[in-house]
Amino acid sequence: MPEIQAAIRAAEETKKAEASPVLKPAAKDAAAPIKSKKRRRLKVAHPERCIGCLGCMFACSRTRTGTVSLQNSAIKIQTQGGIEGDFRVVVCRGCEDPPCARACPTGALEKRPDGRVVFHKDICTGCGSCEKACLVGAITLGKEKKPVKCIHCGACVEFCPHGVLKLEEIPASGG
Amino acid sequence: MLRKVLYIDLSKGESWVEERHELFENWMGGTGVGIRLLQEECPAGTDPLSPGAPIILSIGPLNGIFPVATKTVATFKSPLTGELGESYAGGRLSLALRFAGHEAVVIRGQAGRPSYISINDGEVKIKDATSIWGIDAQTTGVILRDRESGVGRRSIIRIGPAGEALVRYAGVVVDTYRHFGRLGLGAVFGSKKLKALVVSGTETVDVPDVKRYKEVYNRLYKTAVQTDVMEKYHDIGTSVNINVLNWLKGLPTKNFLLSSFPEGENISGEMFAEKHLFRRLSCAGCPIGCVHIAALKTAFSTHHEFEVRKVSYDYEPIYSLGSNLGVGEAEGVLQLIDVCERLGLDVMSAGVVLSWATEALEKGLITRKETMDVPLQWNGVEGYTRALENIVKAPNEFYAALGKGVDYAAKKYGGLEYAMTLGGNEVSGYHTGPASIVGQLVGVRHSHLDNAGYAVDQKAVKKPMDAEMMVDEIIKEDNSRGIFNSLVGCLFARGVYTEENIIDSLGAVGIIKTKEDLQDLGKRIFEEKYKFKVQEGFDLSRARIPRRFYETVSAAGLVKPETVEEMLRLYRKKRGGS
Repeated sequence: MPEIQAAIRAAEETKKAEASPVLKPAAKDAAAPIKSKKRRRLKVAHPERCIGCLGCMFACSRTRTGTVSLQNSAIKIQTQGGIEGDFRVVVCRGCEDPPCARACPTGALEKRPDGRVVFHKDICTGCGSCEKACLVGAITLGKEKKPVKCIHCGACVEFCPHGVLKLEEIPASGG
Repeated sequence: MLRKVLYIDLSKGESWVEERHELFENWMGGTGVGIRLLQEECPAGTDPLSPGAPIILSIGPLNGIFPVATKTVATFKSPLTGELGESYAGGRLSLALRFAGHEAVVIRGQAGRPSYISINDGEVKIKDATSIWGIDAQTTGVILRDRESGVGRRSIIRIGPAGEALVRYAGVVVDTYRHFGRLGLGAVFGSKKLKALVVSGTETVDVPDVKRYKEVYNRLYKTAVQTDVMEKYHDIGTSVNINVLNWLKGLPTKNFLLSSFPEGENISGEMFAEKHLFRRLSCAGCPIGCVHIAALKTAFSTHHEFEVRKVSYDYEPIYSLGSNLGVGEAEGVLQLIDVCERLGLDVMSAGVVLSWATEALEKGLITRKETMDVPLQWNGVEGYTRALENIVKAPNEFYAALGKGVDYAAKKYGGLEYAMTLGGNEVSGYHTGPASIVGQLVGVRHSHLDNAGYAVDQKAVKKPMDAEMMVDEIIKEDNSRGIFNSLVGCLFARGVYTEENIIDSLGAVGIIKTKEDLQDLGKRIFEEKYKFKVQEGFDLSRARIPRRFYETVSAAGLVKPETVEEMLRLYRKKRGGS
């Protein structure tokens, strides 16, 4: 539990950064408290254990947006050949060199020095370049044509009854 | 909260949405709204297979929003019993309806040619299904998956050849492994030339108080996964009851000639888990994963070539197509379940129909002429497979009669004393004592799940109960399940949804109810259902009880007819003489 709390705190921080109109991201960076040289990253540890309950998707939209929704979920459980086939668990891989941020023409998706990618909604034009850049399909445009992005908070991990998901700590990458 | 009813008229090819706030305010959702819509849509004496008979699908205020609230209820006039038809299915349907924005769907009329309905958010299309008419239920799903949008968040419900042929106990397959199994909804689909319905949506639900919502959600979720209230469904599954009931002498065997099955161990949940279980699945929104899928691997040559079929199993199909037919091998049971899945037959009715036919053939009421040389004998899986196919094809009068249910066939050929129905519905697998018999007979849809009489029997074995105490328990369950079925929760999760938790979860979505409100609602729903039943000719005082129930020892010893009669007398009295 304390791990999750910490993760959620980190996530809230990210959210705050996302919510405030950031005009000078560099200055923000300097102010951002980076306590350790590590970051948390979501991992699909055991995809074959998925039972298709969608609990992770609901946890994601509930925790991040306070809504009941599949569209607002950053994690996606996809079917291939219906429920008869295997489930595909799609999560953000937290890339070292994130193609989504590279593809973003306005800097709305911004890579932080610790390796996290934060989203500045106000400068996003909804062009969809990020969606195209991610082969995994982890970042998609939601209803408002803005990307729904994983913040690696681990809320989904808590609501997976089968231990499919894991929150791991990895070294923070250099900016 | 959404409060919309989607109306679809297949005869006119039209659809429209009506806001029905008052209906939902007064009747909550699910079965409460379902029965009221049925009363509006289905005038007295309507032929259940005519264009005038409606199909109503409804969900409730908690579906998709809280854990384990995963069911959709179908309300219709049953072509099997001629009165109230009500069936529940899980899968992804309730979630899909929620996000498509429809809490209820009313389907009227009859399509000019085979059709299917595609609902995508607010967009409703009636599409040509001519090229898939006649195709089995599983393949129909495969085809529609490719044609329709909404991967991963949709639900596909469809009928097989049995529904098309109007077999009175044809079911509707929901998302491959779940069903509106009972009371013949598949035949109603067939009569409307409706092959399937695909639903998906992208709506988002906002809750009034997010903090409160999360708090209640977490509490319910933890109860479901961290306590033992749902353990039984999580591990071996419902089939864990095969060994238990076999040991208690409550497992109907060979058309209730016996109540324990010497080969029971071979078809036990433990055996299925050990030999065939390869996967478990969940309905969307439920962390339990009670859907048990077996792999049935059969060699079709001597060169190590195999066909593998994935078959879902539970207690009820193992009873009806297993012990009840004397089938003593898990492979045989899976084979018969798979046949029913493809044809789109209700497994429970199908098994009871075959067990009656087997006994009738044994006793000489019918001959090999009627069966067209199909050997109907206990454990005769090949014969049973052919017979199920014949029920759908109806090549002669006998198989056509079997397609109309056990009551119909036994009235024609004899053997009513062992035609195992209650209220016209083929019985479920509990010979546990008098409360199971009474419970199914008085229940609104003549199901063991109406009031769980079998559980009352089990309670009474531990601590003796007199007739009145048992009747009181049945009435209490009748009413409280009316509330739960309006939400619409999975009955396996009833331990999670205590009265307090129901009030809290409703409160979190902005519906304020007191204990008294809920109890009153449960009673009113029950009464409305009985109004419909009585209007369509159901008469509890004249209902038939097969004599076999009194001849075969139950888990509570031999059941005396006087006990059952006394319980029924008390029940009618307490229910105001209905």
